[in-house]
Amino acid sequence: MNILPLFIGIPFGVAFFIPMVSRKVKWVPDVLGNITTFTLLLLSLMTLNQEFVYHIGGWKAPIGIVFVLDGLSCLLLIIINLIGFMATLFSIDYIEKRYTSKLRYYSLFLLMIGGMNGTVLSGDLFNLFVFMEIASIASYALVGFGCEARELEASFKYLVMGNVASLFVLYGVALLYGKTGSLNIADVARIIREIPYDNLIGFASVLLIGGYMVKAALVPFHAWLPDAHPSAPAPISAMLSGVVIKALGIYVITRLIFNLFGFNSITSNLLIYIGIISMISGVCLAILQSDFKRLLAYHSISQMGYVVVGLGLGNGLGILGGIFHLFNHSLFKSLLFLDSGAIEYETGTRDLNKMGLLYKKMPVTSFSTLIGSLSISGIPPLNGFWSKLIIILAAIKAGRPIVALWAVIGSILTLSSFTKVCRYALYGKGEKFDEEKFKNYKEVGNLMIVPLIVLSILCIFTGLLLIGGENGILGPVVDVINGGVLQYINKVLEI
Amino acid sequence: MIYYLCFVIFLIGLYGVCCKKNIVKIILGLWIMEYSVNLFLILLGYRKNGIAPILREGDNIVEFAQKAVDPLPQAMVLTSIVIGLGVLALMVTVAIRLYQRYGTFDITEMRKLKG
Amino acid sequence: MNEEKGMSLIVKTVTRWLKGFIFLFGAYIVIYGHLSPGGGFPGGVVFAATFILITLAFGREYALRKMGKILASELDSLGAILFLLIALLGIYYGGTFFLNFIEKRYPTVNFKLFSAGTIPLCQISIGIKVGASLFMVFIILAVIRVVFENGKGKLITTEKKDKK
Repeated sequence: MNILPLFIGIPFGVAFFIPMVSRKVKWVPDVLGNITTFTLLLLSLMTLNQEFVYHIGGWKAPIGIVFVLDGLSCLLLIIINLIGFMATLFSIDYIEKRYTSKLRYYSLFLLMIGGMNGTVLSGDLFNLFVFMEIASIASYALVGFGCEARELEASFKYLVMGNVASLFVLYGVALLYGKTGSLNIADVARIIREIPYDNLIGFASVLLIGGYMVKAALVPFHAWLPDAHPSAPAPISAMLSGVVIKALGIYVITRLIFNLFGFNSITSNLLIYIGIISMISGVCLAILQSDFKRLLAYHSISQMGYVVVGLGLGNGLGILGGIFHLFNHSLFKSLLFLDSGAIEYETGTRDLNKMGLLYKKMPVTSFSTLIGSLSISGIPPLNGFWSKLIIILAAIKAGRPIVALWAVIGSILTLSSFTKVCRYALYGKGEKFDEEKFKNYKEVGNLMIVPLIVLSILCIFTGLLLIGGENGILGPVVDVINGGVLQYINKVLEI
Repeated sequence: MIYYLCFVIFLIGLYGVCCKKNIVKIILGLWIMEYSVNLFLILLGYRKNGIAPILREGDNIVEFAQKAVDPLPQAMVLTSIVIGLGVLALMVTVAIRLYQRYGTFDITEMRKLKG
Repeated sequence: MNEEKGMSLIVKTVTRWLKGFIFLFGAYIVIYGHLSPGGGFPGGVVFAATFILITLAFGREYALRKMGKILASELDSLGAILFLLIALLGIYYGGTFFLNFIEKRYPTVNFKLFSAGTIPLCQISIGIKVGASLFMVFIILAVIRVVFENGKGKLITTEKKDKK
């Protein structure tokens, strides 16, 4: 089972190889980048339904670094590589028009994907930190890629907040190492269960979870997201909002809470309250926006709130709903960001007031925007409906009807803000609509349409993944999270 | 006792990041925080009257393991310093470009993104 | 003497003598990384310090002739690819990633210079990479300015009498 190191070996190798060969020839970074992400997508599809612990260098578990592949890692690998491939297809045409140096763009992009693959696979606390830093530094540089004033300001804000979060995480890792003497996640979990509870472990857990919540952009720590996501180039916004806040944020919080510290009523209440506040404040701030990408960025905060509520409910149905909403959100949010990129490529603006009647000139783009908007609002039979329904049902089943009520209110407000988007941009006219420029618009090129169509089709048919419920196709993922600390320790340390 | 002092240095750096208006002072505050975390990591591995963890020829391994200072935090700190260097280089570059665009180092002047 | 470029005559003469020794010291730290403290990262920093000293003492044009931007970039990528290649060869020869395959096949006596398998090779490649990339950061921050012509950026080397 030697595929696992290739997930980090291939992106890093090609990322350092691209600057060496592409000084004279223009099309080499495009071709290499797309072949790499396509290969990674095929490799990640080969890891379905397998559970494996890979020892690096031949050293066994508590001494050496391990890579752990289980259901949750497999799902996130598929999400990362699929959205990565779609974004590289989109950026062949997009980066050509507006930005200058393609080879640096592709190198940073592949470094980001390699770093995220490593975070998702790693089974060691410090290794997790190092890969998270690699992915974060690549994304700080990519946010400010076109060096205009606003983009640099957004990049600086994201840099400072992200770096402070990483320092908190390193402090937590240092405290855990000092208390337990080991860095392996399963080993630390085993030792924490055996020694009596100390306030130091609680402090370390607060530092770790607080640091990763900044990366996941949940509500008290969300201030970098509405500036950073709109300023990035559109494929990078799709990657950031669709993958990075999940792989670096929600995945690590899930792994730490369910497999390291143990899930009890305190963490459950924490996750549910932060989730509800994120849901409602994200949506309320989103309705007021007139910038298309800023509206989508605020909606990311709110949908992450849904995922965290689903995970915090604790029973199997809630976990299934949370994880499925994670998968769905990456699909429709990246579809919407790529759509906004196509609209910006053609019309040159992101302001909703200046757009209008785009369904006449850009039919494919407006169709996929419509599908994305219906998905995120939760209209049946698209995929957003199924995941939100399961979260609401799980809330009622766990005996917390107020949570279900807030989820329904959030969903109604989401629907209203996307009705606004469709009315201003696609089917009606904005207030400052420009008639002469409108005559020159045409549909975007073929390479940019293919990711939009593929993601729309996936949005329509992903509801079928729920066949079988908790024991069906998404069964292994729920099993990993529900199994808790003991199952993870037994799997990794082979007791 | 010395671990509390490390945390005090961390809080001084955090004060620098939160409350100062000049970009260069924010960068210095971040670097102070980084310094305090690295110091904390190294101090974790200290053993009283320990020797350096370098194995020489003809040393008894059991005695060596009982007396040596822990080398694992030293490897972690090496990696962490290099990561911090990378982030610092990126921050300084962004600060120079911001100066070329806005003409000032004051962050209260840089308010183009609103809403 | 050219008094416009670089520093005074004393600094130039001393640097001309010392630059070889500093480079040798950096190489010593890198190659003896498995036996004494040091290894790839500090050795790479000393490599970069050699070139920065040459830049400060002799002026930009002389240093850029010695190691220009393109050469530094190529060395950077080369170091990283070598490191990855050594790690992947572990899969081919041994079975796991990063396996010390040289040590498993040709075991050697400990505490000598040519021991411990792939570790000195990894240190050398990291040393090359860190040295080249730190020097490139120094060049881009201090030596080369970006000038905007027609809305796109262009990298130029600043002239001597740059008033800005």
